[in-house]
Amino acid sequence: MIVVENLYKSFGSTAVLKGISTSFDKGKTNLIIGQSGSGKTVFLKCLLGLFPYESGSISYDGKIYADLSEDDQRVLRSKIGTVFQGSALFDSMTIAENVKFPLRMFTKQSNSEMDDRVDAVLKRVELENAHNKFPSEASGGMQKRVAIARAIVNNPSYLFCDEPNSGLDPKTAIVIDNLIQEITSEFNITTVINSHDMNSVMEIGQKIVFLKDGYKAWEGSNKNIFKTDNEAVTNFVYSSELFRKVRQMYIDND
Amino acid sequence: MRNLIFRDIDDLVIGSLGIVSFISFFVGGVVTIQTALNINSPLIPQYLVGYATRQSVILEFAPTFISIIMAGKVGSFITSSIGTMRVTEQIDALEVMGINSINYLVFPKTIALLLYPFLISIAMFLGVLGGMAACYYGGFTSVSDYIWGVQLDFIPFHLAYAFIKTFVFAFFLATIPSYHGYFMKGGALEVGKASTTSFVWTSVVIILSNYIITQLVLS
Repeated sequence: MIVVENLYKSFGSTAVLKGISTSFDKGKTNLIIGQSGSGKTVFLKCLLGLFPYESGSISYDGKIYADLSEDDQRVLRSKIGTVFQGSALFDSMTIAENVKFPLRMFTKQSNSEMDDRVDAVLKRVELENAHNKFPSEASGGMQKRVAIARAIVNNPSYLFCDEPNSGLDPKTAIVIDNLIQEITSEFNITTVINSHDMNSVMEIGQKIVFLKDGYKAWEGSNKNIFKTDNEAVTNFVYSSELFRKVRQMYIDND
Repeated sequence: MRNLIFRDIDDLVIGSLGIVSFISFFVGGVVTIQTALNINSPLIPQYLVGYATRQSVILEFAPTFISIIMAGKVGSFITSSIGTMRVTEQIDALEVMGINSINYLVFPKTIALLLYPFLISIAMFLGVLGGMAACYYGGFTSVSDYIWGVQLDFIPFHLAYAFIKTFVFAFFLATIPSYHGYFMKGGALEVGKASTTSFVWTSVVIILSNYIITQLVLS
């Protein structure tokens, strides 16, 4: 479980995060949503430890990140898997080498043990035959699946995904969403997803945190979001006619 | 890490052998021709062509001129490869995994470029050989005079001076382009700009340090 308390972050005189407090539950897919410029990416990068913050705290299963020694921070980071928006696969390595990379860095497994683990996770993301391809030879959806495989290969406790569906067709986006949700419950990971995609919100948003102008404007689940009368959320989530109709149908059927 | 060092040796040193050999051979030839054509007085012995070529190649052309060329070739490669990793969040991915990304990316390049003097040795040899070929095929002076000139008044410390410079330049060639790539911000266009900036700064630092080292070591 990740607990965030009163988090402030600014760049120069521009405050980006203005006292965010929330928690992300273990074994659930937690979504951070909001308009462009609302502070989602900055929030995610603070959670990842890529951005320092001015005040507040972030704790991972009771351990406050900022209070940890550098070595302990490194140990904690080895338990984090991340899927970046552009996949961030290493161009110079094959798909199998990309997936093997965290194992080589953080474990003392033998080469055959590592190969077995790589085979297992590539099979889990349905890429059994892609070992020797380079990232440039893989489609966007394949690259995302490789990024997921790399993120989970070291049995992480936390999985962070920055817009995992961006640039994917709707069908592949659903495959990726479902894969992330299945992996989250299968390995009991605390998963945090930064997303714009309303399908993801509806499908896998077991917990949703809505950011607006650096504040947490709302939080709830994909069930609650249909019924909320929070104006900021409804203006954002139900901005299209289709989603307004879906919402009306959900309320009428309930 | 060992694999990264070997890969960088291949990319940065072995991969530059072709261009360095080509340039050294022909520039050595041109230095010889220029020198020969500027010796008009019959009182100046012809073997000075070999002497002048050797001194030019060993003292300046191989260590300094080749390093400027390498700032363009190797420096741009380092800046653009690290810059692209920055743009595509590959460096963030390393950091998130708890890997010291500067150490992971820059250290192997710095170690790989410890072999840079090997490249400069080849440049020296081929520069002098290019001069001899120019004499043989152009008839500017006899090959025996040229070889005599090459061996004349050879001061071994000049080689030491050239290799001291080479080690310093190798360090600049690894670190300045890495800095420009690692700390760049923006997208593809900025990667190109960072490569250009890194070439300019690496060249400036090489030229200035060349002056300082020459003043300190030879004067």
